[in-house]
Amino acid sequence: MRDVAVIGVGCTEFGEHWGTSFRDLFVKAGALALDDAGVTGENIDALYVGNMSAGRFVEQEHIGALIADYAGLATNHVASTRVEAACASGGLAFRQAVIAVASGMEDIVVAAGVEKMTDVGTGASVDMLASAADREWEGFAGATFPGLYAMIATDYMHRYPLTREQLAQVAVKNHENGAKNPIAQFQNRITVDTVLNSSLVADPLRLFDCSPITDGAAAVVVVPLERAREFTDSPVRVLASAQASDTIALHDRRDISTLDASVAAGKRAFSQAGLTHRDIDMLEVHDCFTIAEICAIEDLGFCKKGEAGRLTAEGATALGGEIPVNTSGGLKACGHPVGATGIKQVYEIVNQLRGEAGARQVDAEIGMAHNVGGTGATVVVHILGA
Amino acid sequence: MSVSRFWRKIPQRYNLIGTQCTTCGRHFFPPRSLCPDCRRSGEIVDHKFIGKGTVVTYTVIRSASDQFEHTTPYVLAIVALDEGPRLTTQVACLPEEAKIGMRVKSVFRRVAADGESGTIHYGTKFVPAE
Ligand SMILES: [Zn+2]
Repeated sequence: MRDVAVIGVGCTEFGEHWGTSFRDLFVKAGALALDDAGVTGENIDALYVGNMSAGRFVEQEHIGALIADYAGLATNHVASTRVEAACASGGLAFRQAVIAVASGMEDIVVAAGVEKMTDVGTGASVDMLASAADREWEGFAGATFPGLYAMIATDYMHRYPLTREQLAQVAVKNHENGAKNPIAQFQNRITVDTVLNSSLVADPLRLFDCSPITDGAAAVVVVPLERAREFTDSPVRVLASAQASDTIALHDRRDISTLDASVAAGKRAFSQAGLTHRDIDMLEVHDCFTIAEICAIEDLGFCKKGEAGRLTAEGATALGGEIPVNTSGGLKACGHPVGATGIKQVYEIVNQLRGEAGARQVDAEIGMAHNVGGTGATVVVHILGA
Repeated sequence: MSVSRFWRKIPQRYNLIGTQCTTCGRHFFPPRSLCPDCRRSGEIVDHKFIGKGTVVTYTVIRSASDQFEHTTPYVLAIVALDEGPRLTTQVACLPEEAKIGMRVKSVFRRVAADGESGTIHYGTKFVPAE
């Protein structure tokens, strides 16, 4: 297998793009990534597009071809494939691109993620997101996506010493980072009181424990490492690409508060890269809800089970902390256009490793991206190195 | 949920009928037609559950999808049936009554009303036992 490098990244602003269509969102992110990589459309061998549910959010399927077409590549007959794993669709699209290049099958590949979520009402989007879980046996009973994570939080707080205030600190920290990120949906700082006074969504989770409904797209360009210097002086290497699955339904898990797929994908990634958690300088984790960030930090091995809340409250995961987590603002503040999130995580890490993260810059040479589909039925973990 | 998709699972939803692998003895609810332990060497038969169990974890849903909007707030829980398997279900009790470890038993109740077709979905919920 060949070593793989990222040579260019692009991302739209995340937020409510009422005036922009699904296809235009992707085109913008794709063009930014190609400009950044110094690559033209004719160079591209293949496209992988992460998208969770365009069929329901904008009633459009056949996304691979649509994206290739509006990227101006239809007459090049580029190979274009849509990849779906709920909220892990983006991370999985990146992984497919890495596999294609590593295998030697393709040379220059674009991995993208896109979701347009604000064209439907809130009740409808709650229903669509619930399809990331088991529709027939969780959704039927009235399980919402926040509700499933709320049941993780209830179980966690029953077993470990996590306070409601510590949980709120996750959102406070991520808004602090989002305030320094020009593409973030929320660039406002909040306090623990803001979180605790927001409305209950599913006990104990409140509105400010939840990632928002977001439109957005992100794209990255990957090539074989041996060719990276043709395009850029600062290639970012893909040191590991790991994926794991687990039961679709939360009720079938071995342990409600541990995402075993995160544990498995994390271990595989560390073993591929020959690294341990001590070698990682920054983390972008899947904080679709505050409790998810707590679980991610622990399941990936950055501390023992039950300690992440205290570490967050102490500032260990803040920008200046021991292990900065979600420097982008995470899904909570940067926004969560479900299919685009995994690619945005790679975008953030590449920016950080290149020293181009502006006000939220941390000192980092190796970063990890952790992207979760559903309540943990798919997890994709990547390690990138400068 | 479409009528056909709902209809297909009526015996399981109305009567809490799951399955059992006679090869290893493991019970399944929701029903499985393939045992994850024995895979193709497992033999699967129907199994009617007694309907008693314990709350493993829960939440109170305050903001629901359109289908469930009129029933909020409601208690959603993961219940471990006494025979072993766990399922996601509503517990018909006051939000403040819900507790981890609470004993519950199954009842037949209206679960949701389908907005578009007007179909009313019935199924199993749980209520506090003892
Ligand atoms: Zn068996």
